[in-house]
Amino acid sequence: MTLISIENLSVRYGANTVLRHVGLTVKPGEIVTIVGPNGSGKTTLFRAIIGATEPAAGQIRLKPGIRIGYVPQRLHIDPTLPITVERFMRLAERVRRRDCVAALDAAGIPDLMKRQMSKLSSGQFQRVLLARALINRPEILLLDEATQGLDQPGSAAFYRQIETVRADTGCAVLMISHELHVVMSASDRVVCLNGHVCCEGTPAVVASAPEYRALFGTGTGGALALYRHDHDHDHNHDQLHGQESVE
Amino acid sequence: MLDDFMTRAALAGVGVAFAAAPLGCFVVWRRMAYFGDATAHAAMLGVALSLAMQISIVAGTVMVVLVMAVAVNLLTWRGYAMDTVLGVLAHSALAFGLVAVSFLSGFRIDLMAYLFGDILAVSPGDLLVIWGGAALVVTLIASRWSALLTSTLNEELAYAGGLDPRREQMILTLCMAVTVAVAIKVVGVLLIAAMLIIPAAAARNLARTPEAMAMIAAAIGGVSAVAGLRAAYVLDAPAGPSIVCVAALLFAGLGIVGWRNHRGT
Repeated sequence: MTLISIENLSVRYGANTVLRHVGLTVKPGEIVTIVGPNGSGKTTLFRAIIGATEPAAGQIRLKPGIRIGYVPQRLHIDPTLPITVERFMRLAERVRRRDCVAALDAAGIPDLMKRQMSKLSSGQFQRVLLARALINRPEILLLDEATQGLDQPGSAAFYRQIETVRADTGCAVLMISHELHVVMSASDRVVCLNGHVCCEGTPAVVASAPEYRALFGTGTGGALALYRHDHDHDHNHDQLHGQESVE
Repeated sequence: MLDDFMTRAALAGVGVAFAAAPLGCFVVWRRMAYFGDATAHAAMLGVALSLAMQISIVAGTVMVVLVMAVAVNLLTWRGYAMDTVLGVLAHSALAFGLVAVSFLSGFRIDLMAYLFGDILAVSPGDLLVIWGGAALVVTLIASRWSALLTSTLNEELAYAGGLDPRREQMILTLCMAVTVAVAIKVVGVLLIAAMLIIPAAAARNLARTPEAMAMIAAAIGGVSAVAGLRAAYVLDAPAGPSIVCVAALLFAGLGIVGWRNHRGT
């Protein structure tokens, strides 16, 4: 009954091994957050899941006929391509106008149907991407740094919406966070990735501690939490030390 | 009706404009303008080989252009920059084509007819090939429109939706090969890219959706073909370049209109 089951996955780009022996499962309704430094293979993992990158070894099993809602890290629409929000939402075949209106309503952006995608603010743009991902009632949402470019109240609002979506539709969420320690508080599990799975655990909700409130601000409504890493192994951080010695 | 060479020329021009419009939109959206240019130049080698082997020019051109498109993909996967690969392959193919044509001593070949087109010499048989090719391109693009559009917007979005962007890329490459092959007679290898890009770019100013942009581009291309032919007749100018000149003037005119609208005046 798992939606995604990854065993012993390795991905190579040429001679460069980006992921090695990665295992991960996502069950229905779960929210799993992936954290990790730049170049740790987070986006590669997503690309492998959707079939955009061939694994060098290991297995990725998706539930047969799974409906995936995907929110890309960055969606650049070339300025030469005119497209309204409505047309963008209805890119997949058989999307009814009614569903499109409902999805935009649910995303809190009801009046944008006729607007050009290029005229949206970054917050509106992210909400349209999410609304589009939700329109075919996905069983799992894949969010690749979906809050990039949003300020903290913006990302908190975005996360609260994800929580609402999960509560309403029961869809699972697998998301990449662009921060190492700050994650969505509703995450059931946090996976720290650095070429391989370093550690896994639950996020600590720190809403009450004043120092964290100072860090997150008060306007986030408890949407953000802290992930305390508990690495039980050492890395050979050659590159990191090399950079430090330069400084 | 087809007995009149001006009628045949107009029909040929409109046929090419219809095929070039939707394809040209993708060329513009995907920033493949140089790719269009390069494949068209490579077509000269196709012309030379077809004449040497006495096969149909359309078939020979489609083959050479497809081989070049595959070679471009292979070389870019090996780490060469796209514009470098295109620059090397396209101009080499054009040069080899021109040299090869010069060796074909058995024929009396009018090189200008292939470089700039010979739309006034379109035969009823040519018309059949042009409209057949145009119908193939338009049908292919229309039937895969959503998939092509999604792949153009974002590769990952396409994969997540169960599409294969590499397949869509191949479909566009095939359409490019066919369009180039049927357009040689009309505008010649040096100006095919103009028929792809200029109508699409001009349509951008008026369109709010991708579909509208393709339709408006087709209209602009069709008007350019007919008006260009008329201008060529009146001014006694070469027909292919005249068609491109009209398209360029439409681009400039619509650009000014779009700019004024944008400023709200």
